[in-house]
Formats: sequence, structure tokens, C-alpha cells
Amino acid sequence: MILYISDLLIPLIFVIVISYAWLKKVSIFDTFIDGVKDGVTTVIDVFPTIIGLLVAVGILRASGFLDIISDVLKPITNTIGFPTEVIPITLMRLVSASAARGLLLDIFANYGPDSFIGRLSSIIMSSTETIFYTMSVYFMSVKITKTKYTLAGALIANFIGVIAAFFITLYTFGI
Amino acid sequence: MKIRTIYVYNLSIKHIKIQGVFLILNYIWGIMIILGIVVSSFTGNLTLITSASIDSARSAVELIVSMVGIICMWTGLMKIAEKSGLIDSISQKIMPLLKFLFPDVPKNSKAMLHISTNLIANALGLGWAATPAGIMAMKELQKLNTNKKVASKSMCMFLIVNMSSLQIISVAVVADRSAYDSLIPSDILAPALIVTIVTSIVGVLAAKILEVFYK
Repeated sequence: MILYISDLLIPLIFVIVISYAWLKKVSIFDTFIDGVKDGVTTVIDVFPTIIGLLVAVGILRASGFLDIISDVLKPITNTIGFPTEVIPITLMRLVSASAARGLLLDIFANYGPDSFIGRLSSIIMSSTETIFYTMSVYFMSVKITKTKYTLAGALIANFIGVIAAFFITLYTFGI
Repeated sequence: MKIRTIYVYNLSIKHIKIQGVFLILNYIWGIMIILGIVVSSFTGNLTLITSASIDSARSAVELIVSMVGIICMWTGLMKIAEKSGLIDSISQKIMPLLKFLFPDVPKNSKAMLHISTNLIANALGLGWAATPAGIMAMKELQKLNTNKKVASKSMCMFLIVNMSSLQIISVAVVADRSAYDSLIPSDILAPALIVTIVTSIVGVLAAKILEVFYK
């Protein structure tokens, strides 16, 4: 059932977007082409960042540092069976989206995108947000220094999200 | 009042986002590399560093090439959604929800429009368009704020909802998965959707509960 929805999601968005645009008499193909050009710009914009971060993550991975972190945390995460390999990306996700993406790609390269670890990381990546970065950009933009309970609330949601991601992955795909 | 389209924001405030990203990456990037090299000299993996850096740089190019198509397809489709007014119309439809989340904000305030644009852009995986709208929302909320140094209830709610991230489609992740030859790159979408709904509900509840204790 869950996988069925996964299959339907993108076609559904296509149908909604195109039929709505027809109703509003938008010349859809020209607009699509326009948007594609935006996409090219987007990709060119992220290209330098991706190179930089993949190199840094590659070095960090080769050094064995990520394995050390995993080993240290193993006793804690083993109690519920949460894979320690996913811990670094979970933590990095809080700080930098691009760096977390580097770790995600590293996980895909090492374990495969269709492994349990690969799927769990994908789901965590797409359902959590870069809390520290987002908070600092938004609050800095209006010069607010006292952020009250914002961090606490966001961390609670994030933590529950990681746990939920683990169980959903387990339920949907099995180990 | 007509909502300004997300791409208009994008051009005007793009540099704020870029500055923010690079500020943090100045530390993270350097630390990752130095830490990696230092650790590798202890673990005896120093010889692997050179090939790791070269291989990574090459795979970055392969990655970009293999994801450019999917990203472009998505931005193309979203451009249609934007131009036809679909995104604006969804923004209007979530207004009742926003009134519940932000009881202190007058409903004709521009903050509401920016907030809804931000949330919808996030939901559609248009992160780069979401940030500028979010910054505009913060500026509007700041106008309503009584103490300019301290975050208002509405700001806390907005950021917690924003950071608990309601994403319907994470295009970047699907693109990355397909770049690494996943058999069904999109099979994580529904589970991810469920998780993102859970985190959003938890975020709203947490904000509503915490605001009672922080007077």
C-alpha cells in the first residue's frame, strides 16, 4: 500500500499540474522549457558545492573517522537495532544540508541506495531539516538573539522524525 | 491580495541564503578534511586519502550529470504550477490552517502570504525558493513583534513548523538515488511523506505546548 502511494505521487502531481494549467490556458510546453532552464542554473549553482563536499566526505570516510563514530555509538543504537552507519548523517543533517547530502551519497556508494541503510538515510534526509542553519539564517535576518523554545521544539520534532523513519523503513521494506 | 511568485523572491534575496551557507561551510568543510587527514594518520589510512579525494572529485561530476535531467524535469513542471497560479491557489487554501497556527498574526498581514509560500515551496521540494519567502515572512513577523530582540510566539511556531519540514516530494533525494542506480528511486516517497507528516504534527504540538511554559 505504502509503495503503491510512492508510485502514484509523481504521476499525480503531473496530472494535477498539467490539467490545472490547461484550465487556466497556460501554454504549458513553453513554460516547461522555461522552467528547465531554471533547473540547469540550479544544478550549475550546486555543482561547486557538491565537488567540495564529496571530496571532504571522501577523505573523512577513507580516514576511518565515520567508522570510529559508529563503533562508539554502537552500544546505544543497538538496543533498538538502529544502524550506526546512519548516525553521522543524522547529526550532520542538523548542521548542513549539503554536507549531509555528501554523506548520503557516500552511503549510496558504499551500501547501495536500495539497502536498508540507504533507504533509511534517504527517508531521514527527505523528512528532516537543517535546524541549526535554518535557525541562524532566519533569526539573523531579523537580528533576533533570544530564540526561546525554537531549538527545543525543532529538536523534538527531528528526533521523533528519525525514530519514525526507522520504524517506517522497517515496516515498509523490512531489513 | 495576490501572492508574489516564488521566483521573484528568489532573485531578490538569493544572496542572503548563499552567505549563510558558506559561513557555516567554512568551518565544516575545513574540519572534515583536516579531521580526516589527522585521523587517517592514526588509523594507518593515510595512503588512502589521495585516491579518496581524486575518486570523490570524479564521482561528483558523474553525479551532477546523472541528476541534471530529473532536477530540470521538476523545475520545468513547477514552473507550470507557478505560472498557472496553482501554487498561489494552494497558498490561499491553507489559510485556515495558518490562522490556527498563528493566532497573533492578522489574517490580512503579508506575513501569512510569505509563510504559506515558504511552506508550499518546502513541501514541493523547492528549497531554494523557500528560504527567500521565509526570510520575508520573518521580516513581516518582526514588524508585529513587540520586543525586537526576542522571538515572538509566531516566529517560534513558524520556524519549528518550517524545520519540521513538510516535504511531499524530495526531488534531490530521488535524483541522488537514481544517480546511484536504485531500482526504484521513488520508492521512499510515501514512507518519507508519512514521516514528514509525523514530524510536522509533533513540531506543531511541541510549539503549542512549549509556548505555555515560556512566558
